[in-house]
Amino acid sequence: MPSLTTLLTATRGRNRLDWTDWLSYAYLLLGLILMFGPVLWLVLSSFKSAAALNEFPPRLLPYGQRSVTVAGQDNPLPLYRAKLADGTMRELAEVRRIGIQSTLVDPKAPDQEFKVNIRDRAPVREFQVAFGNYTEIFEKFSFGTYLWNSVFITVVATLITLLFNAMAAFALSKYRFRGRDAVFLIIISTLMIPPTIILVPNFLVVSELGLLNSLWGVIWPAVATPTGVFLLRQYMLTIPDELIEAARMDHASEWRIFWRIILPLSAPALAVLAIFSVMWRWNDFLWPLIVLSRTEKFTLQLALNAFQGELTTQWHYLLAMTVITLLPITFVFSFLQRHITTGIAASGVK
Amino acid sequence: MASLELKQVIKRFGDATVIHGVDLQVRDGEFVVFVGPSGCGKSTLLRMIAGLESVSEGDLLIDGKRVNDISAAQRGLAMVFQSYALYPHMTVYQNLAFGLENLKTPRAEIETKVQAAAKLLRLDALLERRPMQLSGGQRQRVAIGRAIVRNPTIFLFDEPLSNLDAELRVQMRSEISALHHRIGTTMIYVTHDQVEAMTMADRIVVLRGGRVEQIGTPLDLYNRPANRFVAGFIGSPQMNFLGASAAARGAGLAVTLDSAKREADAALPFERATGATDRVRLGIRPEHIVLGAHSGPSLAVRATIERVEQLGAESFLYCLLEGGERLTVHSPGQVAHSSGDVIDVSLPVAATHVFEDADDERALVRR
Amino acid sequence: MSSARTRLVEFPATILAAVLNVLDAPMRAMQRVLGVPRIGWMFVAPNLAILGVFTFLPIVINFYFAFTGGVALYPSERPFTGLENLRTLFDCENFLDPSTCNKDLFWRAIYNTAEFALLQVGLMILFALVTALVLNRKILGRGFFRGVFFYPVLLSPVVVALIWKWVLQREGVLNAFLMGAGSSPVGWLSDASWAFFWCIFVSIWAHMGFYTLILLAGLQAIPADLYEAAAMDGATPWRRFYRITLPLLMPNLIVVLVLGLIRAVQIFDEVFVLTGGGPGSATTFIVQFIYQTGFAEAIHQYGLAAAASLVLAASLLVLTLAQLRLTRRNLAGRTGRDNA
Repeated sequence: MPSLTTLLTATRGRNRLDWTDWLSYAYLLLGLILMFGPVLWLVLSSFKSAAALNEFPPRLLPYGQRSVTVAGQDNPLPLYRAKLADGTMRELAEVRRIGIQSTLVDPKAPDQEFKVNIRDRAPVREFQVAFGNYTEIFEKFSFGTYLWNSVFITVVATLITLLFNAMAAFALSKYRFRGRDAVFLIIISTLMIPPTIILVPNFLVVSELGLLNSLWGVIWPAVATPTGVFLLRQYMLTIPDELIEAARMDHASEWRIFWRIILPLSAPALAVLAIFSVMWRWNDFLWPLIVLSRTEKFTLQLALNAFQGELTTQWHYLLAMTVITLLPITFVFSFLQRHITTGIAASGVK
Repeated sequence: MASLELKQVIKRFGDATVIHGVDLQVRDGEFVVFVGPSGCGKSTLLRMIAGLESVSEGDLLIDGKRVNDISAAQRGLAMVFQSYALYPHMTVYQNLAFGLENLKTPRAEIETKVQAAAKLLRLDALLERRPMQLSGGQRQRVAIGRAIVRNPTIFLFDEPLSNLDAELRVQMRSEISALHHRIGTTMIYVTHDQVEAMTMADRIVVLRGGRVEQIGTPLDLYNRPANRFVAGFIGSPQMNFLGASAAARGAGLAVTLDSAKREADAALPFERATGATDRVRLGIRPEHIVLGAHSGPSLAVRATIERVEQLGAESFLYCLLEGGERLTVHSPGQVAHSSGDVIDVSLPVAATHVFEDADDERALVRR
Repeated sequence: MSSARTRLVEFPATILAAVLNVLDAPMRAMQRVLGVPRIGWMFVAPNLAILGVFTFLPIVINFYFAFTGGVALYPSERPFTGLENLRTLFDCENFLDPSTCNKDLFWRAIYNTAEFALLQVGLMILFALVTALVLNRKILGRGFFRGVFFYPVLLSPVVVALIWKWVLQREGVLNAFLMGAGSSPVGWLSDASWAFFWCIFVSIWAHMGFYTLILLAGLQAIPADLYEAAAMDGATPWRRFYRITLPLLMPNLIVVLVLGLIRAVQIFDEVFVLTGGGPGSATTFIVQFIYQTGFAEAIHQYGLAAAASLVLAASLLVLTLAQLRLTRRNLAGRTGRDNA
């Protein structure tokens, strides 16, 4: 087993790093900062209170002003480090502020009041994580509803996609009926028809079907993915025909063959399609934007978009919502990273 | 054309040493073959000469100049790869011309050289084809042509014939030998096939486990193998090795075979300087064993035939000796024996080899 | 398996079994009627039905919308106007100057989209190629870095836009760095040129990883001994790249180029959230024009939007056909099929 140093210096056949290796590592490091940096900044910022977010230039970690409970006061008072008239610095709590004059008291001896110019006091900071951002969005903004809408659409659409695509792939790979090749060609040709060029007529169709402002209006148009059919068909072609023939000899109906033999054997390809489908449906924006106009039907993506107009001054909520929206994909990514990257590479090189 | 010298060349991959101090001198114009079982390091050694692997320790000299730190592109060598490594997107002409283009050769000169190489290798009709459209043998010739065209100082061949079928292999073998005779460039050839080595080489380097076992001409290796490994590697069918005990007797060695109950009549003319035990191994090639009695001094053995293969022009007898050892006999012509027969065979002393039964299995020197 | 887990697995399993049984009977009946080979139609029917209703039917209806006027959604209430919508779109004194056009926003969107597509795809392929070349080397943590560049591809466009909007705010972290370095803050999204730049940048950031993987797969398919042979043939690293890597990677580059262009021409989601098409119409692209015309303005101009969709569809068709042609020519060139 080669030592760590050997591993680190295992480069272009020579036992030293040459300048191209240094350049490569530098590039990758830059890439790392550029790719992850903004996301981390978003996450960090989402844990800051509104006041902390208003600070400019911003601090890296969430900081907030310490507050302290004082006898005789209902709410905790903000703590400042103030310079008194005699020049001493003391930590005092602010009772009220009128104009440029701040009235401060010693938390331990609240009877004595000090009047200090606001320029002579600075907030006492401590590391404060504003978890409230995350809880308040559910209370104040029906965020739970949006979350539910996104989850519902994603899960249901994925299940239906898997079912319909698997059925079609099964037909196209294991059956020989007249017109089969034409059907396959038709399905593949829809790859060339992106939804953006049929927005208006689709709107009519969905409207006539009574699916406007319904989550199903987002689900149904999206489930017949040609990529999915292609992917599954490729995989099913490798399932030996003998298995199906044996099952037929065992008096299994075709439907049963599909359920009990084909689907289980196609599990790896189904998993890949499931991941794709989750990604596509969770991230859908334009079509839901058109179909769903009532806010209670909004998905997370639509909610984020709507709020960034209204809530430009309430970034602390918007950031928290954004973080929640990107969490599921991030989890999927970290667990299945290797499969995703190799799967994409393999299917991309058609 | 150039000479090549390796001085105590060592190759390490991490903590593992794969080449343990190889010394070698190749003369200008020689055809040297590196041969050995898989994993013996012959390809690694070749790649170090080419510059595709670095040398961990030791010196690599071409024409007296140390080239350890010179990149492969600048060593002026040419290599024929096992997989041919032809550029799939270029025509045969472009494949041949590529090396010259890299040297910024003028177009007219490239044309002349490519045409000459193509003619030499009978590729002139195929110049506009792409590798995908050629047969295995044709691709092989393009790979060789690509090497010739640049007029390298040394030719390197990395098991070039392994991917061809048997008949093509024989044909290409003689083509490569003919090529060497025609252009006379130094050639270093790697193979695991000892027949290729024997038929093509001026000298053979036998490698095992990253070490040189023996360097010599084909007949040197055949007649005077330095140890048991070389003796068993060269020659087909493999040399027979029989257990025996030996004691010094006069100027020679008194050898008693395990499978023959009595001592040999005369002492064998071998020197035995050292020897912890009296155990040795006696080697004799199947083609040197005589059926029945032999006029000259020999060892007599009784054998039971297990199986006979009669090929018409020659016969192979696979026998079992008393004591359980096996003996293969290669006899010219046809034999009257069949399976189950018990025969007497003679092992002529002049054709025997004796090896130490210790670790190095060194051959004893014949007086 | 603990009893809790067994129940968890059993529950969906029983539902599945129930569904299976419910559907089994009618499917068996179908099978008896149609026979085994033709039951394939039953399996492919749901998918075809969805495609028919939501893709093929709309394509046909789109033409109808494009050639009719009025504000009604229902086709029978729309008067036939022939090429009127297209004429309106193409009503320009000087095609190179959008302000002389009847529908100047349409033309601005066209030019913006063209400029965006060319710049974004060109730069993105370049970065993807460089990254793929770097990732193809023998470096520590290759799998990790592959994931690093790919991560933004998974994020939703809305999230991507918000991430960068937060960075590019007037009081965002980018301006903070600038101020720390002594310069003054810039209104990144309120300046037309910068907004356009950032649309390109963010789009590259979000999609580069996908194309990097495709190119990386292409690079890894090139046999290593070709490079060794080229080294023996005296080729410098640059020549090896130019004469071996690039030609052998060309099919992948073409695929990546056309896929990228097809996507770039349809850019909408992240730009819409990042800049809303502004400032003014500096970052308004063609899909946003369609969306706005058909759905976002007070009066939904379905006919115009459908006509614009036709223009977009035509350009996509051209791109797809170009890709087919280029791939076929490149493939033929590689195998010499053209030469007898």
